[in-house]
Amino acid sequence: MTEPKAKKKPAKKHLSRKQKQRRTLLLSMAAGAGVTGVGLAGYVPVAKNGQTRLRPPGALDERLFLASCIKCGQCEQVCPVNAIKLADIMDGFGLGTPYIDARAQACDFSCDATQCILACPTGSLSHKINKKEEVQMGLARLSSPTTCLARQGQGFVGLARGEDFPGIHRYVEVDRWNPIPIADHPYDLEICDLCVRECPIKNAISMQPLSDDPNDKRRTPVVNTDVCVGCGMCEMICPTEPSSITIDIAAKRESA
Amino acid sequence: MSRALKAYLHSLKVMLGAAPGKPAKSDYSEEAKALHAYKKTPEVRLVRLAKIREELADKKPSYKWRKWRWASIILINLMFVVSYKFDVQLVEGALTASRLVGFHMADLNSGIQITLAQKTILTNVVIGMVTVAVLWWLVGGRAFCSWACPYHLASEWVEMLHLKLVERGWAKDIPLHRGMRAVLYVVFAALAFITSFTVFEFINPVGILSRAFTYGLTLALAWVGLLLLIELFFIRRFWCRYVCPIGITYSLVGSVSPTVVHYDLNECLHEGECRAVCLVPHVLDMTIKGRATDVNMDIGADCTRCGMCLEACPTGALTFKVKGLGGLL
Repeated sequence: MTEPKAKKKPAKKHLSRKQKQRRTLLLSMAAGAGVTGVGLAGYVPVAKNGQTRLRPPGALDERLFLASCIKCGQCEQVCPVNAIKLADIMDGFGLGTPYIDARAQACDFSCDATQCILACPTGSLSHKINKKEEVQMGLARLSSPTTCLARQGQGFVGLARGEDFPGIHRYVEVDRWNPIPIADHPYDLEICDLCVRECPIKNAISMQPLSDDPNDKRRTPVVNTDVCVGCGMCEMICPTEPSSITIDIAAKRESA
Repeated sequence: MSRALKAYLHSLKVMLGAAPGKPAKSDYSEEAKALHAYKKTPEVRLVRLAKIREELADKKPSYKWRKWRWASIILINLMFVVSYKFDVQLVEGALTASRLVGFHMADLNSGIQITLAQKTILTNVVIGMVTVAVLWWLVGGRAFCSWACPYHLASEWVEMLHLKLVERGWAKDIPLHRGMRAVLYVVFAALAFITSFTVFEFINPVGILSRAFTYGLTLALAWVGLLLLIELFFIRRFWCRYVCPIGITYSLVGSVSPTVVHYDLNECLHEGECRAVCLVPHVLDMTIKGRATDVNMDIGADCTRCGMCLEACPTGALTFKVKGLGGLL
């Protein structure tokens, strides 16, 4: 403070005590409404009925799942293949809830059980499920039959997803206990049957001939909708781009 | 009504947003009345003013508690990260819910939100909440805020900058009504119950930060950044003072906690240093000259036990106290 500059300042509006209190109250109401508004904005992404994300094994129905998940990420921590990710702000009220991007890294039940379910403190991943065969995440569906290699009678040689693909999978014949990079496991198949070969659930997918002609090499993957748990392993391993087989999260098998 | 019960209810009312106000004449104890009268005598008054001048002349800032407190916040949050990154399974999860060497822990507010949203009482969550409530009850309720909450630390750093900016006229501290926090508490509880969504968790910076430390950066951090900007330029400690329902939840736990900040009217010179640094200065209303209704008083429910008032107090009128352990400490 060198020179008094008070003269240059415009005269301040003088508010009485009551006016000040009123202004504080109005500002507080506006701020409170603002915070509530931002909170409610989280409704926009979940406003559509139904599920938009593939949830981890055992997830309750989407609405109940969102209500009960405490957003702690303990399921993410126990997953041996790091299939589980936590949703960001674009998921609205789903912020912090776990999901699986099966194409990038599917759940292949490498944990032998359902570790994520055991880790869940709230039962958002239902504790009623004890083994992988009881899980219902969705159903595999041959969503793009025209690109399926088997349906064209083609084999597959090489790396299923290329050498840069970071995804991992437990190949029981290679290492019973530890998943290895899919990029370290080349294939040489006369007819591509990767989705059937790597499916962790017995009899969930099978290869069926496309015609009665015994010389016809063409095959088609057929999903047994009574058995498939929707884990997404087939979606991850499918070598076509985009994947010919994907998980339909809206579909759940009828026999539970 | 006993003086203790009256003081307790008053501290809850003040926590919810009521102005502390001047106590009624009948609220004062005889000792307090006598001491106030004594402090008003001209000789004593002169001595007091001289003492204040003296102490303000060579005032050295003390960070006796702060260094431990910052270390505590960093350590607690680091434990979550280390547990996951190095797979040592010490504290798995986030601040919203976790397992401490296998035992369930659930943040009280997050637990309340999901219980209201799904309208079901879950054993694991109740066990986790009771464990957490007992732990924070022992060390003082809102001690969670100042000794564990990562947003509190970020906000504290922003506050230091904010005060510098205010000094230069580059920022303002617009006061809001504290009752806003109590209203929002009810609003978020009602929204969880009515919509079945944990609406508050969408904007909860504590959860967002805690998850970001362990699971990686998210866009949601932009919201935390926005809150900090508001606090930097416009409203000092906006979130902690006026919004956060977690604070209220832990206040209720702290209101009956044995660990408190204790005020001694004998030692106090009423210079107001404590109120200037306090996140919740309304709890220190008894340090205003003539307001203390008793000679020895415990600071109320909303106190975060951060110890900043202890550091600011030049006379040692404010101390930490664990009730029932008086002789042992």
